[in-house]
Amino acid sequence: MNATRKLTMAQAISEAIGQEMERDNTVFVMGEDIGKYGGIFGATGGLLDKFGPERIMDTPISETAFIGTATGAAAAGLRPIAELMFVDFFGVCMDQIYNHLAKNTYMAGGNIKLPVVLTTAIGGGYSDAAQHSQCLYATFAHMPGLKVVVPSNAYDAKGLMIQAIRDDNPVMFMYHKGIMGLPWMAYFEGSTTEVPEAAYTIPFGQAKVVREGSDVTIVTLSQMVHKSLLAADELAKQGINAEVIDLRTLVPLDRNAVLKSVAKTGRLLVADEDYLGFGLTGEISAIVAENLDTLVLKAPVKRLAVPNVPIPYSRPLEQFVIPQVKGIVEAVQKLMKTHVAEGATA
Amino acid sequence: MQASKEKLLWMYEKMVEIRNFEETMADVYLEGKLPPHIQKGLAFDIGSGPVPGEMHLAAGQEPVAVGICAHLKLEDTVVGTHRPHHFAIAKGVPLDKMTAEMFGKVTGLGKGKGGHMHLFDPEHKFSCSGLIGASLPPACGAGLAAKKMGKDWVAVAFFGEGAANQGAVHESLNLAALWKLPVIFVCEDNKWAISVPKTSATSIEWVADRASAYGMPGIKVAHNDALEVYEAVAPAIERARRGQGPSLIEVKTDRYLGHFQGDPELYRPKDEVSNLRKKDPIPKLAALLKSRGLMTNGDEEAIVARAKQRVAEAFAFARQSDYPAPQDALQDVFA
Repeated sequence: MNATRKLTMAQAISEAIGQEMERDNTVFVMGEDIGKYGGIFGATGGLLDKFGPERIMDTPISETAFIGTATGAAAAGLRPIAELMFVDFFGVCMDQIYNHLAKNTYMAGGNIKLPVVLTTAIGGGYSDAAQHSQCLYATFAHMPGLKVVVPSNAYDAKGLMIQAIRDDNPVMFMYHKGIMGLPWMAYFEGSTTEVPEAAYTIPFGQAKVVREGSDVTIVTLSQMVHKSLLAADELAKQGINAEVIDLRTLVPLDRNAVLKSVAKTGRLLVADEDYLGFGLTGEISAIVAENLDTLVLKAPVKRLAVPNVPIPYSRPLEQFVIPQVKGIVEAVQKLMKTHVAEGATA
Repeated sequence: MQASKEKLLWMYEKMVEIRNFEETMADVYLEGKLPPHIQKGLAFDIGSGPVPGEMHLAAGQEPVAVGICAHLKLEDTVVGTHRPHHFAIAKGVPLDKMTAEMFGKVTGLGKGKGGHMHLFDPEHKFSCSGLIGASLPPACGAGLAAKKMGKDWVAVAFFGEGAANQGAVHESLNLAALWKLPVIFVCEDNKWAISVPKTSATSIEWVADRASAYGMPGIKVAHNDALEVYEAVAPAIERARRGQGPSLIEVKTDRYLGHFQGDPELYRPKDEVSNLRKKDPIPKLAALLKSRGLMTNGDEEAIVARAKQRVAEAFAFARQSDYPAPQDALQDVFA
């Protein structure tokens, strides 16, 4: 019997790390406030008591040093997990992440393995302003050499974390603060799910159809999955059947899942909390555009994302720039009323 | 620590090999880069010839590499800089694969994907980086790994005096001291950060004076001398092997060539290099070996011939090797 119980995403992540640490003594964690505090967002809760300070290592506020240390330790045969408290802090350590961790395997002609998991918190919605609210997963997905995992719920988070730790490559594991199930921040309850006690993996590059529908495809990820599901409920009352696809990983990306769904519905909305310009919404739209020889669109693709402004502090401003349930509903309604130009369909 | 005859001869032979490699590379690098082989109007074309791209050579800086690496074993890690050849050769990286990498050949250390600033040899535990100050964090990682595995292995991070004011350097020195990591930090002071002299970039004369601020020993090596380096660093390496933590070493050395090949060097006094060459550490060590009766003229000729032969064979191997297939560019992003 594989017993399950409900866990928050934070609990699921720390359970996954703990189980891998029991299985493999080369796994250890470094980061700021990951010990006694258990991680500011709970991703390492309880691990210090279980494994002690030799393997759950609080670091100085020196992201360059400890992320570079993770790279060096991985090259030497260990499997470090390093936590960048907020993804926004990438600015102080991007050289070690991008010029070293992400590129060294390639520059070595594949002769070195760097099994590092970089965990980091993403997302806004709670008035933390421009330096603590970004998603930035597209920034990391844009640059070759990093796998990018962005879970939306506890079940996926556990399986994807175990997969990440066992992967021989650098993996960015990006969790949205607003679905971690923290006792001090409102969250979408759909992110707290039944989670098996035993360890399991979820392969990268497999998107999940979280709601089936026939009229429109909403491609999304992370917290926006939950907003999209609420929007789909609302749309269903209006007779519109939305299919919601949770990408789960950006690198590798499940292009086929997107194409298969859009082939069925003929309509695509990409709903994203990252920036609009040069990002995920453009990438997904381009994949569809490149396949219009075999795919028939009923309406032009639609994109919802943060307009190209930093995340503002004041609640009405922030709620305006980050796509909300209402905005998704309206975008789909518009999509249902627009059509591709005459003669453009097969 | 007294250097044994074996160590002294090893250091001498490696220095000869490094110097010959760098001087050979300086010549080969110019192939195809000068008129009339390049675009009309250009005096030099960095992207042409069998060894394209930037080329940072370390002629003159041999003592710091051999004086440290003479203490190391295969399991010890070395992380070098953008000017990495002397460290790589002293750590035992195979010369043929290293040279082939600089020629962009498929037989190179990174199958032609890295080039001269990005040499990775996991077998000999050597790597380097083109980014200034970036050698220190991964060396901390190698040290942490050795500590966790319960080994007496050490890691050496080389960095230039120009890197001393990078954040990565300060962060790493603190982390290594805090965690008592078996790391030896070696500041290679060749006085020039491209065109900016140390006096215009750093507020103190000796970077090693900063060691006390991090709670680790600082060791100063005032002369560009292999034996002096070897003897001075021995306590730091022993200390690291005993699990007592890191040290910061600074070695004064001399850069005989430009920052990169093709550097017009308008910033340095015309006679600086010729004066530095009068204190060349290679004949100096040869004289010492002979005065101690450890090397005859015949031994010297044999050592020089062997070293030159290895370099010549490495360049021949590199020239004869194949280029990678263009589509190989798509491989190896992930392991």
